[in-house]
Amino acid sequence: MNLWSAIDIGLKEIRANKARSILTMLGVILGVASLVAMSAMTKGMENGMKESLVAAGGLATIRIEHEDDLPLHQRHLVDRAKGVTLHDVYALQESAPLVYQITPLIERWGFRSGVNVSYGGKRMRPYKFAGSWPDIISIEQHIIEHGRMFTQFDDDEARSVCVIGTDIRNDLFGDPEELGRTVVPIGETIFVNNQPLTIVGMFQHYESEAFRKRKEEAKREAELAKAEGREPKETRMRDEFIFRLKNRSIYIPLNTMLIKFKNDDDAPIGDDAHLTTLKMKIRDIEHLEPAIQQAYNVLMHTHQGILDFEFRTKEDDAEEVGAAIKNARRSGGIIAAISLIVGGIGIMNIMLASITERVREIGIRKSVGATTLDVFVQILVESVVISFIGGALGLAASVGLIETLRILTPTANAPMLTAPPMILAFGCSVAVGVIAGLFPAIKASKLQPIEALKYG
Amino acid sequence: MPLLELRDIRKCYHLGGEEIHALDGVTMDIEVGEFISIIGPSGSGKSTLMHILGCLDSPTSGALKLDGTMIHNAGARELAAIRNRKIGFVFQFFNLLPKLTVLQNVELPMIYSGIKAKERHERAMESLKRVELDNRAKHRPSELSGGQQQRAAIARALVNDPRIIFADEPTGNLDSHTGELILEMFHELSAEGRTIALVTHDPGIAAITPRRIEIRDGRIADKVDKKLAGLET
Repeated sequence: MNLWSAIDIGLKEIRANKARSILTMLGVILGVASLVAMSAMTKGMENGMKESLVAAGGLATIRIEHEDDLPLHQRHLVDRAKGVTLHDVYALQESAPLVYQITPLIERWGFRSGVNVSYGGKRMRPYKFAGSWPDIISIEQHIIEHGRMFTQFDDDEARSVCVIGTDIRNDLFGDPEELGRTVVPIGETIFVNNQPLTIVGMFQHYESEAFRKRKEEAKREAELAKAEGREPKETRMRDEFIFRLKNRSIYIPLNTMLIKFKNDDDAPIGDDAHLTTLKMKIRDIEHLEPAIQQAYNVLMHTHQGILDFEFRTKEDDAEEVGAAIKNARRSGGIIAAISLIVGGIGIMNIMLASITERVREIGIRKSVGATTLDVFVQILVESVVISFIGGALGLAASVGLIETLRILTPTANAPMLTAPPMILAFGCSVAVGVIAGLFPAIKASKLQPIEALKYG
Repeated sequence: MPLLELRDIRKCYHLGGEEIHALDGVTMDIEVGEFISIIGPSGSGKSTLMHILGCLDSPTSGALKLDGTMIHNAGARELAAIRNRKIGFVFQFFNLLPKLTVLQNVELPMIYSGIKAKERHERAMESLKRVELDNRAKHRPSELSGGQQQRAAIARALVNDPRIIFADEPTGNLDSHTGELILEMFHELSAEGRTIALVTHDPGIAAITPRRIEIRDGRIADKVDKKLAGLET
């Protein structure tokens, strides 16, 4: 007997028992669909996280933060800890060749240290209010859309100028989506903690790819709702934190920050001024470790051995992201694999029931010359045909499942359907069919024709 | 040389610790072209004998030669090939596969002997024509009468041109008129030179065969019971 007639018999068997076959396939369908959907979701997560990482300056950006808590053995030196200062910046520029860009920062977090911004009676609270050098634009990967970045000259003169993110504009001057026109508030003067600042530039609006797509969908839905004369479905959306942070930031020159926004009157200004952060970019991500070591050595020197600073790399974040994705993929994979195994058990169960029912048929086939192998192949092929069709339907179902998940859990990270998990899931389903069919096939092939014919 | 040679065939079953001798030393020959009936009361071992003759079962001991080949110790694969090519079966309950059409049922043995679809189709139609059932080729067995189903089974038995045809109570499930027609068909086949062995307990059937063997208590009886053989009423 050749393979085609075996497959033909298998298909006939499935057609003859439609309801039973579909129920059996359902296990495989769900298994494959959940495996594919799970991979698509982790893929979406991964993409979103990668995008955030790039938006935050990429892997090559390193933060050096002032650290108040000294290590235990240095606690007695706390009075001599000067913190991170501009001296460090100059020293790193001079002595750390692996660092190719470095900029000082004084960062005030709106939700921690009460930064109030007002304009014409409107008030808002930015996420970040920072004083820095003009370089910050390239280190933090900002793009100016209107106006200009403040300059070295602005910094030297400690001018009252600022560059803002789009959400600051939205809150104080109006959202273009609501107004229907774009407001460019260049030249306007806003008040930050009652100090006037003139807006000289505004960044472009930052958002993730996935968020942009979702917004478009929501817009279409709103138009559709309007056309049909019903209330649009409420969808609450928030983009990844890094994008929201960048949109709700205000940047001013470092000296302006030092002079006009002093925390207390005795605080030193000039090169001894306390910074909260240094941000640096290294030349080559391959040399991350030596670059950090080099910067560390320089800082140990300028800080006279006092460890009042801390290195934060995006590599840590990237590792965390990688670990999170790995875990999600592993646990999701196990759950999906279990459902696929359950599907396989379903097939085995049905095949066993089916051969008990078909003992007579097997006897007849053997009496006209079917060998043990013929019967074995026939049952195995039937099982594989079920799992094959189930797998194919599962792939189709996974598309629907992913769409459902997108609606039920609206995250900015849209699931991404890719080919490798689909191929893997389909392969697994066929393998499950083979494994599930083995035992019933062996059992059927061992039936003695004479025993089989006695039935009926 | 006889087509079938049996020498001291024995078959034992173990049933709950008790040993049952279904066949207790059967020795006989069947020549080419013979039309023979195997008779005996139920439980006499005639069905067991037919199963062994038809390679559906193997004897516990003894020698069996079919068409010059020793088969009593052949493997499952060889037995399957012998059943496929040298033996045709006709059963009391027809044993057609209900999900297949009559034509597909007749094609079945040829599927297992690896014959190409076109030739399979031609030969199956030829065989169906032989039993005058070619007009029912596309029907399912359940759409046929009992007699027609048995004719389809005969067509299936004939399709691989076997050396011998075994029939186990072929009229047992048919009304007497239809049974007559089936017997007539066997008669014709015999006249064409085919070797046929019928197992029956019906004296009327045994009466039409030239040779009768009676099995009693697992052995061949010395003298055939004339009543059972349909020679006396």
